[in-house]
Amino acid sequence: MTVTSSPSTYAAPGTPDAKVQFKPRYDHFIGGEYVAPASGQYFENPSPVNGKVFTEVARGNAKDIDRAVESAWRAFDSWKKTTITQRAIILNKIADRMEENLEMLAVAETWDNGKPIREALAADVPLAIDHFRYFAGAIRAQEGSTGEIDNDTVAYHFHEPLGVVGQIIPWNFPLLMAVWKLAPALAAGNCVVLKPAEQTPASIHVFMDLIKDLLPAGVLNIVNGFGVEAGAPLAAHPNIRKIAFTGETTTGRLIMQMASENLIPVTLELGGKSPNVFFADVADEKDDFYSKALEGFSFFNLNSGEVCTCPSRALVQQSIYDGFVADGLERVKQVKQGNPLDLGTMIGAQASNDQLEKILSYMDIGKQEGAKLLLGGDRADLGGDLTDGYYVNPTIFEGKNSMRIFQEEIFGPVLSLTSFQDYDDAIKIANDTLYGLGAGVWSRNGAQLYRAGRDIQAGRVWSNTYHQYPAGAAFGGYKQSGIGRENHKMMLDHYQQTKNLLVSYADGPMGFF
Amino acid sequence: MIDTESAAVQAAGKALSRVDVTPAAASFLVELTAKHGPLMFHQSGGCCDGSSPMCYPVGFFKVGAVDVHLGDLHVAHLDPIEVFMSRSQYEYWKYTHLTIDVVPGRGAGFSVESPEGKRFLIRSRMLTDDELKAFDLI
Repeated sequence: MTVTSSPSTYAAPGTPDAKVQFKPRYDHFIGGEYVAPASGQYFENPSPVNGKVFTEVARGNAKDIDRAVESAWRAFDSWKKTTITQRAIILNKIADRMEENLEMLAVAETWDNGKPIREALAADVPLAIDHFRYFAGAIRAQEGSTGEIDNDTVAYHFHEPLGVVGQIIPWNFPLLMAVWKLAPALAAGNCVVLKPAEQTPASIHVFMDLIKDLLPAGVLNIVNGFGVEAGAPLAAHPNIRKIAFTGETTTGRLIMQMASENLIPVTLELGGKSPNVFFADVADEKDDFYSKALEGFSFFNLNSGEVCTCPSRALVQQSIYDGFVADGLERVKQVKQGNPLDLGTMIGAQASNDQLEKILSYMDIGKQEGAKLLLGGDRADLGGDLTDGYYVNPTIFEGKNSMRIFQEEIFGPVLSLTSFQDYDDAIKIANDTLYGLGAGVWSRNGAQLYRAGRDIQAGRVWSNTYHQYPAGAAFGGYKQSGIGRENHKMMLDHYQQTKNLLVSYADGPMGFF
Repeated sequence: MIDTESAAVQAAGKALSRVDVTPAAASFLVELTAKHGPLMFHQSGGCCDGSSPMCYPVGFFKVGAVDVHLGDLHVAHLDPIEVFMSRSQYEYWKYTHLTIDVVPGRGAGFSVESPEGKRFLIRSRMLTDDELKAFDLI
C-alpha cells in the first residue's frame, strides 16, 4: 500500500491552514473554568499519526477529583431544577454548535486518535451531534406515570436525576463515547465528572472549549489524568451517585468492587469478540447485495479495528467458503492505508504505541497457534513524516475458533476467519465466546436472518448490515460484555431514579389507631 | 480459587510455571514495588485495554472464587508476585505460557505503571508437551 498526498488532505494541526489548533497545554475544566492540576504536573500527548507530542495535559489526582465532585454538587441544585424544555434547548444548542464546527472537531479527533478523517467526518462527529438531538427529544417526550391504587389513593411516579455521576471514557472514539454518556446524563438533569482516556485526552477539550458558554458552570467537569491516579479516585469517590465505564473486564470488575462499597449503580461496556456470519445464500448472485456482504466482511478495518464490536471473527459457510473468501480478500486489499488526514485514507493509525505492540503480539501468537496467514501480519511503515506513527497492515488469519486470536479482542485490523457446515454449527461457533456485545448475520433468507439474530447471544445483532450506530437503537452487552444499554432512551433509566408520591385523598383515618 | 501452579508443579516434580517475566519487566517491578508496595497481576479480557495484564497493589483488586492463580513471578529482592486470571478466560488461555514484558506506552485501566510511560504486555507461547503433561492438559 502506498501513501499519497493529495489536495484532499486536511492540514495538520500546528500548520497554518489547520482547521484546529491545539493549545500547548490543557488544564482541567472544573466549575466552568480551567483549573491547574493540584500536583502542578502535566503529561505529554503524542499524536498517533506521527508519534510526535503536540500538547500537554493536566495530570489529575484525587484532589482534582474531589474538587470536581464538589463543584458538580454545587451546580446540581440549580441544574436539577431547570425545566426539561430548557435542558433540551441547551442540548440542541450544543448539537448546533458542533455542527457548525464539524470539520474542526473531526480534525481534532483524527489528530488525537489516529482514525481516518473520513470516518470522523462521516460517523464520529455527526453521530455525536445527533445523539444530543436524540436525547433532547427523548427527555421532552418522557413522562412519569400515575397509578390509581384505589378510589382515594394515587401513586405518582416522577423521574428524578441521580445527582453527580462519574464517567470514564475510552480512547477509541474519544468524542462519541463521551457524548453517548454525556447526553443522557445531562438530559436527565445530572451533573458530570468526566475522565477522558489518557491516550486521547485532547479532543474533548476542543469540544469543551467550543460549548462551554452553553452549560452552567459545574454541570460538566473534565479531569484528565491516568487511570490509577484520577480514574480510580473517581470510581471510588463516596460522593458520586453512579459510575459509567467503557473498557475491559478486569477494570470493569474493579469498578464494580468500588461501587459495591459505595452502594451505587454502574453501567459497563466491556467489549467482545463479535462473530460475523455469512450464510451460503449470500453468494447466490454476484449483485449489489453480494458487494454489500463483502463490505461487511471488510468492516473489521473500521477505526483500524479499534471498536468494541469489531467484526473480528468471520464465519463463512463451507459451501461458499473458497469463492467468498477469495472475493473478500480482494475487497480488503483495496483498503487504502495512509495519512489519516487524507480524505482518501480508509485505515489510519492505531491509537498508541502499546496498542500497536499488543496487536503485534497477537499476530505472533496467531502464527504459533498454527493459524494460516492470508493477508498482512505485520506493522506498516508509511515513511516520511508518518514513519513513527502506529500503523498495522490489514491482517487475515484462517484458523479455528478455539484459538486465542478467535477469543480475544485484539483491537486492531485483524480478522480471524473460519468456516461452518450448517445453521446449528454457525450458531454454536458464534456463541462460543465469553462475550456478547455485537454480531453480524448475512443472508438473503429473511427467516434464517431472523432466527440467527435471535439465537446469537449478543446485545446487538446487525442483520445484513454492520457498524451502524444510530441513536434510537439500544447498544450493550450480553454475558461478560457489560451491563446497561446505551444509545437509546432506555439509557435515561440508568441516569434517573424514581420518586413515588403515594397520596391519600381519603377524608378520614385508616382506622388502625 | 484454583491454584494451578502448586498442584501441577508438585506433580511434575520440577519448576514448571505458566508465567514468567522478562528482565526489563522484572527490574521495572522492583521500581514499582518501592513506590506502591507488594504487587499482583490480574489478566484482563475484553476491549480497549483488554488482554493487558493489570498490575495492582496487593489487596486493591479482590480476587475471588472465579479466578485462577496461574503462578508467581519470581523477581530478586521481591516477594513472589501472584498472577491471576478469571476461570472462564483461563479455559481459552490454558494452552499458552505467558511472559510479562514491558513496552513504552500510555496504558490505561487502573494499572499502576501507566504514569511511568510504560505498559506491561503479555508475550505468549504454546505450552510444550512436557508442560501440557505437567499441567494435566493431555
